[in-house]
Amino acid sequence: MHELSIAHSIVEVVTAALPLDERTGVAAVHLRIGRLAGIEAGALHFSYDLVVEGTRLAGSRLVIEEVPVVIHCPACDAARELEGIQRFRCPTCDTPSGDIRRGRELEVASIELVVPEEQLT
Amino acid sequence: MTAPTTRIVEVRAGILKKNDELARALRARFEAAGTFVVNLVSSPGTGKTAFLERTLTDLRARGLRVAALVGDLETDNDAQRLARSGAPVKQINTHGRCHLEAEMIEAFLEDWSLDELDVLFIENVGNLVCPASYDLGEAVRVAMLSVTEGEDKPLKYPTMFNSADVAVITKMDLAEACEFDAAAAHDAIQSVRPGMQVLAVSTRRGTGLDAWYALLEASRDGWRSARTSHTAASSPPAALHA
Repeated sequence: MHELSIAHSIVEVVTAALPLDERTGVAAVHLRIGRLAGIEAGALHFSYDLVVEGTRLAGSRLVIEEVPVVIHCPACDAARELEGIQRFRCPTCDTPSGDIRRGRELEVASIELVVPEEQLT
Repeated sequence: MTAPTTRIVEVRAGILKKNDELARALRARFEAAGTFVVNLVSSPGTGKTAFLERTLTDLRARGLRVAALVGDLETDNDAQRLARSGAPVKQINTHGRCHLEAEMIEAFLEDWSLDELDVLFIENVGNLVCPASYDLGEAVRVAMLSVTEGEDKPLKYPTMFNSADVAVITKMDLAEACEFDAAAAHDAIQSVRPGMQVLAVSTRRGTGLDAWYALLEASRDGWRSARTSHTAASSPPAALHA
């Protein structure tokens, strides 16, 4: 269950991106996770809630956008989205392809900050 | 006091950025030193340690300077087994962590001189899930499965097999007793990673090992010529075949 390690890494990445003003809170953290990233969303949500306690991310929502795998089919010369991750063949012409263009993402896309009004200019 | 406002900030940062950057730095160090690094991954009980002990012994006999780092949650049993080969070996205990990270590799390499190593093997923690996400700076990742685990293992753990460069099927001496369907296993591997090279070995009987050493030599040659194209070539390392 490396989702616990991943959750710690998320806190590190988000904390580094936060404004120094401690009054700025975090409402939500948006992730983009490819289906080939090897992350189980349920385990990550569980780990996240444990790990954020006592940090500036405490109480924030974790929103996960799942990114499907897209391969390049050499026969069609086109990008093709796969339904799963067990069969790396073009869904149109059945040509095998290991040329992966999307689906390995494991990133913090954005964060929703709660900013005290007087801070805004 | 006015109401707080919500503001969305784009971050677009890799969650494993720290590990990835460290792995990149390690890869550059390995390339500069001429150390070819192989990361072995499999479930517990596939026979990684027996396979690696034999590999270290045989490569040493061929005149190569080899070493190994081995990861386990607890105990140094595997390091003791690997050390019987005569190669330098260090045990990394992760104390609960289910995978090795680049940071651990860096720390454990501290007092080894990479310039004196031709090939470094990293035996990862037995786990077919988590190690897939962690780059260790290796040149080649080898995913292993034994005939006792079932032909569909690659379909059950596609992420790991997809992330690997080579697949090795172990315990072929038990294939018949397990009614192992080699064709089905090959199909499963090709389904999750089209074009992946597959080897079948029996460490106990010594079968398939020459093909494994030939594959290592070919990958190392390819890695070396790619490396010399962008780094200054140092003295030529020892050949795999003495």
